[in-house]
Amino acid sequence: MLTHAWIIPLIPAISFVLILAFGKKLPRGGSEIGLASVAICFVLALAVGAAWIGRVNHPPEAGAVEKHVAAVVAQSENSLAKSAPDAPAHANKAAAGAEEEHVTEPVVREITWFQNEGVTIKVGTMVDGLSALMLVVVTLISMLVHVFSTDYVSGDRRYTHYFGFLSLFTASMLFFVLAENTLQMIVGWELVGLCSFALIGHWWEEKANSDAALKAFLTNRVGDIGLLCGVIILYFAAGKTFDTITINTLANQGEIRHFLLLIASLSLMTAVMSKSGQFVLHTWLPDAMAGPTPVSALIHAATMVVAGVFMIARLYGVFFNGLSIGTANINVMAVIGAVTLIGAGLLAFVQSDIKKVLAYSTVSQLGYMVMALGVGGWTAGIFHLFTHALFKACLFLGAGSLAHHIHSFDMKKDMGGLRKVMPWTYRTFVIGTLALVAVPPFAGFWSKDEILASSQQLGGPGGYKLMLVMGTLGAALTGAYMTRAIWFVFFGERRGASATHDMHENGPRIVVPLVILAGLACIAGFANLPNTGFLSWVPESVALRFEHYVEPTGAYFPSAANAFSHPKFNILLALVSTGVGLLGVLGAYLWFWKDLGPHRLTERNKIARAGYVVLEKKYGLDILYTDVIAGGIKGPIAKATYWFNQNVIDGVVNLVASTARTTGEWVYKNIDQGVVDNVVKGSGLAAEGSGEVLRKAQTGKVQAYGAYLFLGAAVLAAIFVVIAS
Amino acid sequence: MKDLLNGWGPTAAVFLPLVGAAVLLAIPKSEETLQKVVALASSLAVFFIGVALMVDFDYDKSAKMQFLVDKTWIEMINSRYIMAIDGISLPLIALTVFVVPLVIIYSWNHFPEPHNPKAFLALILILETGMVGTFVAQDLLLFFVFFELVLLPMYFMIGVFGGEQRKYASLKFFLYTAFGSALMIVSILATYFLSPKVNIDGQMLHTFSMIELSHWAGSGLAKGTAILVFGGFFMGFGIKVPMFPFHTWLPDAHTQAPTQGSVILAAVLLKLGTYGFVRIAIPILPIGAVWWAPIIGGLAVIGIIYGALGCLAQTDMKRLIAFSSVAHMGYVMLGISTLTSFGINAAIFGMVAHGLITGMLFFIAGSVKDRFHTLEIKRLGGLLLQAPRMGWLLAFSCMASLGLPGLAGFWGEFPAILSAYSPADGLNVALFRFFMVVAAIGTVFAAGYLLWLLQRVAFGEPTEEFKDEHIHDMHLTDYLAWSPMIVLIVVLGIYPNLIFKVTDGAVIQSLSHIAGH
Repeated sequence: MLTHAWIIPLIPAISFVLILAFGKKLPRGGSEIGLASVAICFVLALAVGAAWIGRVNHPPEAGAVEKHVAAVVAQSENSLAKSAPDAPAHANKAAAGAEEEHVTEPVVREITWFQNEGVTIKVGTMVDGLSALMLVVVTLISMLVHVFSTDYVSGDRRYTHYFGFLSLFTASMLFFVLAENTLQMIVGWELVGLCSFALIGHWWEEKANSDAALKAFLTNRVGDIGLLCGVIILYFAAGKTFDTITINTLANQGEIRHFLLLIASLSLMTAVMSKSGQFVLHTWLPDAMAGPTPVSALIHAATMVVAGVFMIARLYGVFFNGLSIGTANINVMAVIGAVTLIGAGLLAFVQSDIKKVLAYSTVSQLGYMVMALGVGGWTAGIFHLFTHALFKACLFLGAGSLAHHIHSFDMKKDMGGLRKVMPWTYRTFVIGTLALVAVPPFAGFWSKDEILASSQQLGGPGGYKLMLVMGTLGAALTGAYMTRAIWFVFFGERRGASATHDMHENGPRIVVPLVILAGLACIAGFANLPNTGFLSWVPESVALRFEHYVEPTGAYFPSAANAFSHPKFNILLALVSTGVGLLGVLGAYLWFWKDLGPHRLTERNKIARAGYVVLEKKYGLDILYTDVIAGGIKGPIAKATYWFNQNVIDGVVNLVASTARTTGEWVYKNIDQGVVDNVVKGSGLAAEGSGEVLRKAQTGKVQAYGAYLFLGAAVLAAIFVVIAS
Repeated sequence: MKDLLNGWGPTAAVFLPLVGAAVLLAIPKSEETLQKVVALASSLAVFFIGVALMVDFDYDKSAKMQFLVDKTWIEMINSRYIMAIDGISLPLIALTVFVVPLVIIYSWNHFPEPHNPKAFLALILILETGMVGTFVAQDLLLFFVFFELVLLPMYFMIGVFGGEQRKYASLKFFLYTAFGSALMIVSILATYFLSPKVNIDGQMLHTFSMIELSHWAGSGLAKGTAILVFGGFFMGFGIKVPMFPFHTWLPDAHTQAPTQGSVILAAVLLKLGTYGFVRIAIPILPIGAVWWAPIIGGLAVIGIIYGALGCLAQTDMKRLIAFSSVAHMGYVMLGISTLTSFGINAAIFGMVAHGLITGMLFFIAGSVKDRFHTLEIKRLGGLLLQAPRMGWLLAFSCMASLGLPGLAGFWGEFPAILSAYSPADGLNVALFRFFMVVAAIGTVFAAGYLLWLLQRVAFGEPTEEFKDEHIHDMHLTDYLAWSPMIVLIVVLGIYPNLIFKVTDGAVIQSLSHIAGH
């Protein structure tokens, strides 16, 4: 199965084509094709996962990767050609160093995509723990979202189109996570962006929706500048190859100059900032909520937006060494993550739209993931990616379930008191919240705790203190804004549309996915149960399974030689962070349920008021981007350029032409009428073959000009040749 | 079959359309259907010759000139009738013979005013002769003849069948390109006189043969001379491309030309210029090329940003698409200016991709004009509601045009940007890396103007003006003309090797006199 993983993206790709071709004629509008294909993919993904676990348990003899790298290095003729004979030797050393643990090598299968400059560039699949995990996560969430959507968007004017794009998205995302080289990653990266664009703008009749779609696409394009540059730099740095294993291996072995790795990492970080909604390029993500809610769950919470996190994880050799993650106390990636998790957490407080609360929460949690990777906690970050996908999808689908009848997401205006009428939505939403707030033993606790432990223990001496503090503070924010959301939605009086509508629990196609996701949010955390300290009683065969199976081993992943290590469970830290999170919950509880605290502070206190306005204006970034930058380029700058074009550049052209014409007419009248006249007449006669098509005056002019030009040219050529020789 | 093609393949492909045009002229004016059938049949015949050439082409030796014909032409100055095809010309020939029949199919019920199918189709066929001829000629004079032959039919097409300002636009088109050609012929003659003499039947003569000239590659020339001669080629080809700041003829020509003219202009005519750089200027004058490369690269990236800004200022859909060509050809020229095989391969891919994609955009613009009788963006809207298929194809073409991976445009754009990171020896690396970043920024602009166009034209509700009007979605001829292009855009996007494999060997060979390519 591991070598046949290419089938998995192919199935939804075919499904996309089939839905487009026949979807409308089918009884269920094409959704049956989409659902069937993603279900098959899910089964196959599980098979890949199982096969990978088998491979880790019984690893075949290592050496394939080494050969692979040597082959790639040997093929590239230029910059690294000199070191090519040495490369296998280095790989040997690294392999010898990594012998303390068994190495499970990824399974690579590739074919030639194209050749250029005599170099063949491959396309193929690379299966290791990370891609196997992503396969399972993507297909699982996608399948549940498909089921949910059959009810949620039923009767939609573009039902078939909706399922078509879900299939295309699934295919692109699977293609992306299986990518064996960076070029392939660009392709997948952009294609998921396209699907995001199409699905955000699903209801494009309204300008607000198409605006949001454009904003998403363009913001991501800005980040893509970094992606393109980063990939290009790595291509040349690794000796003309896009191969991720080779790039990582060479980076870990110190074969690539640190400066290049640093520049490449910084460039790629820009791409991560846009795709994974990191400050300051996150602004598109909340707007992306204009799309249908299941899309928000699948694309803008669980899968696509983690593409940036995935890319960091995939190219970890580059980032780890480029940003000196293992030995520093602060670095760009960790700072971006930390700022994002706090900044977005604050914004979640001023939202009245439940999807916006969840969107900012997603941004904040993506900040945790990036921060985790930034402090060196690879497994922590990816584990959080995994748990977050489950509970955030649960929350988003829950929001969809709430709004299914009332078609409004405004918690303040149209919701309230819904816990009685929608009991299953309520229960699952609360479980999702508990997981998000990181209450033990729910999934989020284990992953967030590991992130905090990483920032405490990894890096240079003293660890990443700032990240630890901000991560802990973020826990309080999370607790508070989610409690606030629960208050507005489920408690108090029913308001607005929900008061006038007959509210009742949704049907099984909506509730069952919620229950499944909530169930997983309860238990998923145990996948990486630590067995140190307080938990040392956990048997070896159960503990840290996630790390054991998902974290790559071998030369293409940073090793102890690169100062890479793992954090240990710290009961004190776990208690403190949980306590801080619950403090946030308590604060919100007292504020909303008990009406305690300085209510209406923003009306009385100027500073509080100013803070509120800053948050409400989203730190002014939207104004800066949309009005100042985009508006400026679209408006004055573009107009000025065009004015310049019409009046200066074209003005010169017209001036030259009219001067030539005046001169020409003068010459024609006064000097050599005889010669030119004959030329004109001759060509005029020839042209007359095409009949009335030619207007007389024009003919004469053009032919005359032509004759002059060539006469001039011949004279010039003669002069030129005389001078040159 | 092989023998037949070897002797007559390229010649047949070049002159068959001319025969078709002659036959067309003999048909009485009233027999419109017969005229259309004859025109379509001759263009299809050329297409099948093209397919036969592609089938018989030896892809393992794409650097070798194949189907070579070398006959005496103008004995006195040793200008010969040399026609041959290698990996650089093959994709462009394929593009030409592929696009022309589609244009004729599209024309079936869409003849522009004044209604005169006979003359219109004859012009298209004469154009085809010129275009194919330019791509197969391997003698500089012969090349020049075909290069110029293209001008006249396009001049008439714009000047007679064009929009309101057709006179101005056609004259500008003709004179501007003729001006470039004049400088080019200076360089051609200079090259001829500077080239070493060879013994032809006991006479010592210079040569126009591009094959021999690129073997000579300007060795022994003074640097200054090479730079000057390259300058003439630069003007001739640069105007045709068109490169900033010589681009102003293009928006006018495109906007005023009938749809078919715009499609051919965008799909093939612009490529004559870029092809000239790759085929003639760089291989024959590598020293000049190294001197000019930073200037070309600089103008290319200015063109990328400038063209995009120009697009953003447009209020007319067709003019916007026309301006986008300036930006897109900027990527092609950037790839060429690196003087690396990676960049030039990308450039050739970009030529084909731009031909298909921008051709598609012009087709759609033409159909919009046909239905709404306006292309003013402000007055359009909600195309997806009124003509959903056309709307989706517009979206598809915009995505392809902005370089979405998985579609053809990407493979012209990204590799060109990539090649700028490491240009050929002797070029300023820092400068070209700066170009790389600017070109990468240009991709954002491209997305900006195309998506903004899409939003205003396709999304939203139809405007008051057209709300109650019945808009006919695609006609049968639209399906027939457009679907092959769309299929090709997707196929090339998924499997780029179809072009890269063909061009790679030939491009590497053409750069053999440039170090570190």
